[in-house]
Amino acid sequence: MALGATKKDRIDALAKSSVDDSGVSLAASAWRRLRRNPVFLVGLGITLLFVLVAAISPLIAPHDPSARDLIDQVVKARNEIPPAQPGHPLGGDLQGRDFFSRLLVGSQQTLMVGVLATLFGLTGGLVLGTLAGAIGGWVDSLVMRIVDVMLSIPSLLLAFSIGALFAHPNQFTVIIAVATVQIPIFARLLRGSMLAQRGSDHVLAARSLGVKPGQIVFRHMVPNSLGPVIVQSTLVLATSIIDAAALSFLGLGNPNDAIPEWGQMLGTSQEVLDSHPALSFWPAACIIIVALGFTLMGESLRDALDPKNRR
Amino acid sequence: MLRYTVRRLLQMVVVLLVLSLLVFAWLRALPGGPVSALLGERATPESRHDLIVQLGLDQPIFVQYLKFLGRALTGNFGTSNGVQPGTTAMDLFLTRFPATIELSVFAIIIAVVFGIPLGYMAAKRRGGWFDNATVIGSLVGIAVPVFFLAFLLKYIFAVKLGVLPSDSRQSVTDATRVTGFFVLDGIITQEWDAAWDAFRHLILPAIALGTIPFAVVFRITRAAVLDVLDEDYVRTAESKGLTAQLIRRRHVLRNAMLPVVTTIGLQTGALLAGAVLTENVFAFPGVGQALALGFERRDYPVLQLLIMMAAMVYVVVNLLVDLSYALIDPRIRTR
Repeated sequence: MALGATKKDRIDALAKSSVDDSGVSLAASAWRRLRRNPVFLVGLGITLLFVLVAAISPLIAPHDPSARDLIDQVVKARNEIPPAQPGHPLGGDLQGRDFFSRLLVGSQQTLMVGVLATLFGLTGGLVLGTLAGAIGGWVDSLVMRIVDVMLSIPSLLLAFSIGALFAHPNQFTVIIAVATVQIPIFARLLRGSMLAQRGSDHVLAARSLGVKPGQIVFRHMVPNSLGPVIVQSTLVLATSIIDAAALSFLGLGNPNDAIPEWGQMLGTSQEVLDSHPALSFWPAACIIIVALGFTLMGESLRDALDPKNRR
Repeated sequence: MLRYTVRRLLQMVVVLLVLSLLVFAWLRALPGGPVSALLGERATPESRHDLIVQLGLDQPIFVQYLKFLGRALTGNFGTSNGVQPGTTAMDLFLTRFPATIELSVFAIIIAVVFGIPLGYMAAKRRGGWFDNATVIGSLVGIAVPVFFLAFLLKYIFAVKLGVLPSDSRQSVTDATRVTGFFVLDGIITQEWDAAWDAFRHLILPAIALGTIPFAVVFRITRAAVLDVLDEDYVRTAESKGLTAQLIRRRHVLRNAMLPVVTTIGLQTGALLAGAVLTENVFAFPGVGQALALGFERRDYPVLQLLIMMAAMVYVVVNLLVDLSYALIDPRIRTR
């Protein structure tokens, strides 16, 4: 079980799984066990379905998600919104827009938030982590000191603090805020993986053949870190979507809701939960299912890559 | 042990210094610069000038940082301009902190009381339906946005069923204040209805706040017990015929609890982030609500103090956990 008690332990344990000395290809042995793991398959199924819906949602959405088709059924004075009706299976939202279409199309932005936040976090972490791990010395000490301090601020609070730096929040600033929190995690993960590989046979072989240090890092060490990075990325996909919703809830999210996003739909509909629970329930259900899918996939991948289980 | 403690304390000082650098940089990066951020938009030119001089913004950057550090060390973080206008940020923190501690303690109690036994039972029944159901349940617990869970609890139990109060810390208005912990106050002064009332106000927010720590404690307990059950000394204990109860208490739980203790400590330290969301939903007047309002109203004097305090609490808890760990585990003590 690569489940350490502290955030740092967990990252470090995951980093160590990039060193393999069993002689069997890591990907092959992991896949052999994953193929028959129902938890992984459920997670994969949810993820594939989510990506598929996001890809084709503009085609299958019955209405334009930003068109106020049902605006005449919105009665502000009596706090009424359009009920479910033929052609509008979930009714309309507070602005009279078809809610079902907004949910479908919302998957696109949600996927984008997750993927971009993960990519930004990974890129930042890759730069810092390889820098620290490859150069070592005072660069390593400095980078890791800052990384550890960032890890010592509760991550959601860090995301809020970064979100508050922008005078005019939008979808992009939300992604930046959620991604920055992930940078120290990826940095520590990649550095740990580099250190773990430093003494391993394939690096030693490359070095004795006279391969340049830069090439060893990028051709041999970084590719071997791929396993732990994939695990962490799947988990980050889940947390970034949830964190983005929390930012919206605190008013640090994207105020422009012409293009729907689940986190934004959930965060902003909390105020009317008492009178219109469905407006919160559906985006919440979507987020929970998708986050669960990513988490199931990530956790079973983590188990599959864990050297302890690779017997 | 003493050398270890001193080394960890020195490390903590370094961490806090880097942290102050980060908060200082954060303050400089705020929209409109620190003056607009700290004074708000309706500031007069005179007050702007006063603050520029007071903060030393006309001086070199390292002087500015030293001044910032000086103010931080003396607890002078300025006056709130959004959450409770007129109150100093420090006073605001001090009056609200007991509420958050009380809430956090209840949340952690919930997490521990349910997390450890369920984690142990799941590990003993590895692969069975109980194990699978609780593991998936804990993953769902992590996937549910905290603020939505809080709203859901409030909607069902306070709005629809009306069995529990939906906001604030206490409905009884004439309760005597002693410690700032309302349940404890009621018990000390023997005002039982005040204590009971404060307790009822804590139930829903504590459940919402405790869900994620519960899920984490559950999973760590399960993983740790699984690890220990595999150990030779447990097999030895079984084969020499010790009773199941004795094996559980002396061999399994005592060893498996080490990572669990760490987890509980760290989760407690990190609760403040969840409290921002939970306290906001239940209008619970703690530090978390102040942070949520601070973000909403851009009350930067309050935010800089509270963010700093949140990180400090986390760092200190981290240190205490590591030290207690060294006390429990002789292997670390001798290192």
